[in-house]
Amino acid sequence: MGSQSFFGYRRENGRVGIRNHVLILPVDDISNTCCEGVANNVFGTMALPHSYGRLQYGEDLDLHFRTIVGAGSNPNVAAVVVIGIEPGWAKRVVDGIAATGKPVEGFSIEGQGELETIRKASKKAQEFVQFATELQRQEVPIGELWVATKCGESDTTSGLGSCPAVGSLIDRLDPAGITSCFGETTEITGGEELCASRAATPEVGQKFMKVFQAYQDEVTRFKVDDLLDSQPSRGNKAGGLSTIEEKAFGNLEKIGKKTRYIDVLAPAEAPKKGPGLYYMDTSSAAAECLPLQAAAGFVLHLFPTGQGNVVGNPIMPVIKLTANPHTARTMSEHIDLDVSDVLKRRMNLDQAGQALIDMAIRVSNGRYTASETLRHREFSMTKLYRSA
Amino acid sequence: MKEPDFIVHQKGDTLGIVVVEGVRAGQVLTGWVKDTDESVEVRVLADVPLGHKVSLDKIAKDGVVIEYGNPVGRAVEDIPLGGYVHFHNIKSRRW
Repeated sequence: MGSQSFFGYRRENGRVGIRNHVLILPVDDISNTCCEGVANNVFGTMALPHSYGRLQYGEDLDLHFRTIVGAGSNPNVAAVVVIGIEPGWAKRVVDGIAATGKPVEGFSIEGQGELETIRKASKKAQEFVQFATELQRQEVPIGELWVATKCGESDTTSGLGSCPAVGSLIDRLDPAGITSCFGETTEITGGEELCASRAATPEVGQKFMKVFQAYQDEVTRFKVDDLLDSQPSRGNKAGGLSTIEEKAFGNLEKIGKKTRYIDVLAPAEAPKKGPGLYYMDTSSAAAECLPLQAAAGFVLHLFPTGQGNVVGNPIMPVIKLTANPHTARTMSEHIDLDVSDVLKRRMNLDQAGQALIDMAIRVSNGRYTASETLRHREFSMTKLYRSA
Repeated sequence: MKEPDFIVHQKGDTLGIVVVEGVRAGQVLTGWVKDTDESVEVRVLADVPLGHKVSLDKIAKDGVVIEYGNPVGRAVEDIPLGGYVHFHNIKSRRW
């Protein structure tokens, strides 16, 4: 199968992962410490501490469960220990993850205390690690890969080099059957008509415009100025970006020239229309956006950066690429692929796209990304409104 | 063509992006227009850092600035040909 294949872990539900995590997953914020206790006991596990999970309700609670269950269900995860303060919501998360067929077991703290919970959960975690470490990678076609993208600390080099390199990858691998995802709803501002025009059908375009307008209304409701201290961020401006519109057109370079998105997803919603490009309604903040994409089932992330965003994700390896030669030079420990030769015309965008495909396959085969080696595991929950 | 000093996304854009370090006021820069593969020159009136923009046209106050073939802001003061363009002299038309 040559370079158009990779070696991944085939999961019980048929999906393919590129990592083999055993997650210790808290249902709620007050179970973080217990999960970290288990992770400290058992080599090869990873706790996933996060904020929230108590007294949420309605759409916000649905999103919380979708994010947590989605993280545990991701094909990069071999098995999951779930811990909550009480058994009811813990069971809800366990049942959600169990639908994938992977090993999962839930524990709750009330009635026995944290130390006893850690003891029991650690025994199960040990069993899961020994199960996971016997699993073997197998060669699968590139079309089995689910790839998400988002850019961060962008600058004008992002629109010139690193974002179009991702676009080149999407345009080449979409026909090979990959499933891919972009989002960042506020960051399309100024380019929304272009984005709507890239939908596969007018109905999908209208669905995009609806979520776009809803987010605009939300920003308009809370903003106190032209957001010039936030969007573009200070880093964006230091890198030469002046307005949200300019940032938007650079951002949209990530989806290539030919590929059309086939559906619009709610935050953390899994794709349902088969292979293809999807739009997801997300924040443009990296540590909030990436967990939503991981929860939807994406296993690899492509992250163009200009000024040097250092974000990572506990579930998905994050490949960082930059076209900014200064960033490539001064922040090399964060950068997986330097495409700054695009600015010098020593490399064209097809070559940058091919270099990114090569790196995506190497990372899918097991190479740790820069953010993995540096233990960047940001996992900020998206919250729609205050808890009750 | 030699390595460009600045890049223009599309012919007709009124902004070029400086892609080399150390550009000083008075320098004549050579730009590459990506979509048409043409060459364009401009004398810059100010120091412009890597990634920052130079005006390729005279833009009157309240005029629209174009990049990627699309409006990306409005001028809040008159901007001369070769002027340094950033958030001090252009603003979003949206927020």
